[in-house]
Amino acid sequence: MTWKRSLRLAAVLGAGLPLVAGGSAPVNDTGTTAWMLTSTTLVLLMVPGLAMFYGGLVRTKNVLGTMMHSFSAMAVVGVLWTVVGYALSFGPNALGGLIGWSRGLVLLRSIDHTILPAGVPEYAFAMFQGKFAIITPALIAGAVAERITFRGWVAFITLWVLFVYCPLCHWVWAPDGYFFNLGAKGAIDFAGGTVVHISSGVAGLALALFLGARHGYPKTAMAPNNLTFTLIGAGLLWVGWFGFNAGSSIASNLETARALTVTQVAAAAGALTWMLIEIIREDKPTSLGMASGILAGLVVITPAAGVVQVGGALTLGAIAACTCYGMIMLKNRLGYDDSLDAFGIHGTGGIVGALGLTFFIRGSWWAEAAAKVPGWGLLAQLKVQAFAVGTTIAFSVVMTLLIAFLVEKIVGFRVTEAVEKAGLDHDIHGERAYGLNNLN
Amino acid sequence: MKLITAIIPEEKLDEVREALIEAEIERITVTRVSGHGRQQEIMVQRGKKIVPNLIPKVQITIACNDAFEDITVDTIIRTARHGAGEVGDGKIFVQELKECIRIRTGERGGQAI
Repeated sequence: MTWKRSLRLAAVLGAGLPLVAGGSAPVNDTGTTAWMLTSTTLVLLMVPGLAMFYGGLVRTKNVLGTMMHSFSAMAVVGVLWTVVGYALSFGPNALGGLIGWSRGLVLLRSIDHTILPAGVPEYAFAMFQGKFAIITPALIAGAVAERITFRGWVAFITLWVLFVYCPLCHWVWAPDGYFFNLGAKGAIDFAGGTVVHISSGVAGLALALFLGARHGYPKTAMAPNNLTFTLIGAGLLWVGWFGFNAGSSIASNLETARALTVTQVAAAAGALTWMLIEIIREDKPTSLGMASGILAGLVVITPAAGVVQVGGALTLGAIAACTCYGMIMLKNRLGYDDSLDAFGIHGTGGIVGALGLTFFIRGSWWAEAAAKVPGWGLLAQLKVQAFAVGTTIAFSVVMTLLIAFLVEKIVGFRVTEAVEKAGLDHDIHGERAYGLNNLN
Repeated sequence: MKLITAIIPEEKLDEVREALIEAEIERITVTRVSGHGRQQEIMVQRGKKIVPNLIPKVQITIACNDAFEDITVDTIIRTARHGAGEVGDGKIFVQELKECIRIRTGERGGQAI
């Protein structure tokens, strides 16, 4: 989400009423609206993509349970977002700016006729943002796969979206949010490096440590059941990410095309780098490495897609693949069970992107920033980025642990050993993923 | 020589395998099988109850010298059983094994196992 658009948006969201600028209400722009509707659809496609990505990585007995973690986010957050989520995220500051709130936005009532100054119906914007709220908690599931109860998960994502995602989203993207107004031109987070990837990645790490490792980890081999699923999932995520990043310009113009270009470039650079690392180290390029590299590149470019150019995107993608690979090696050494590397990729890639983008910002951005605050430079912006990253990590970890503690006490979060051994599919959902295993 | 075939619950495979390895029985073959005995498993699909007539199990096949028969059987019984024992815990079949040949060397009999 860009600075210019959001300032224009400020008046609209602040009042929850259509803006009347210069005596005339904003006119619907069909081109921009069409792209925003497409983007919204693309971002939703990432959720079943994620379900396949994660579903392929777990053991045969947990495929459906794992895919249900993503799908339940579509059901739970899909409802929650329209009821109060949008009001909490994009209402004007409440509780001293800790969160937003506007009664009119409950059930999206007040936006029924609103066209935003960007020429887009606010419905399109609200639904676009809703998809981000769906995928963010779904990402966390990767860190605690194969060992959580379904009801515990549903309770967790409900509370997590309300008390972690909505406040963060408000700080970063609402026109009156904390991070939005830091420094010369705000903390840079184009499409959700802090809000989506860092917050979910560190939440995953906190949750994995809170719940403990799977039975038998790391001694027992826990091999992926179906890497074809994982590759298809990675492909869907890549395609969906164009909506995620290019849609975040809330426009259909030069900026959109720039975001789309760097997204493509970073994902490819990430995949290529991961391949090279594996060829050099293990002599065998794996399909899982390819999928992981794609994701690392996509994650790292997410906060940066509005400000970096192709060279920067290539470099960031390559750096992300190296750091994420390193983090996963480190995990294997330390022995914590971030099962599908939600922290290893989303947390690490998000942090690298949010900080690293500072070194690759295009010249015109610096010129605009310097025009607002004379002498605004790299170090000043890096401080702003570091502050946003640090605050996000601290807030997400503390709140996640609080919520996890409550959920464990009240509904039960970790499954019993018997259920863990038999598998989530059979014992929690009463189903099996593959009929092939059973001659029926 | 004996050929021991055990049909056990899927979720017990790891436990049985680990216990067998601990008892130094390290050469086993594992297959996914389906069948029916006395156990019934009721599944619900879109609100409709379905009783599948074949239930998935895991089959372990072990060839061993006579001296290892008891420890193999006892280890499987101990680890495959649910608590004090439930319908569906499986069965073990023990047969005389006429011959065993290691393909690599052509060795025969007890030393090929």
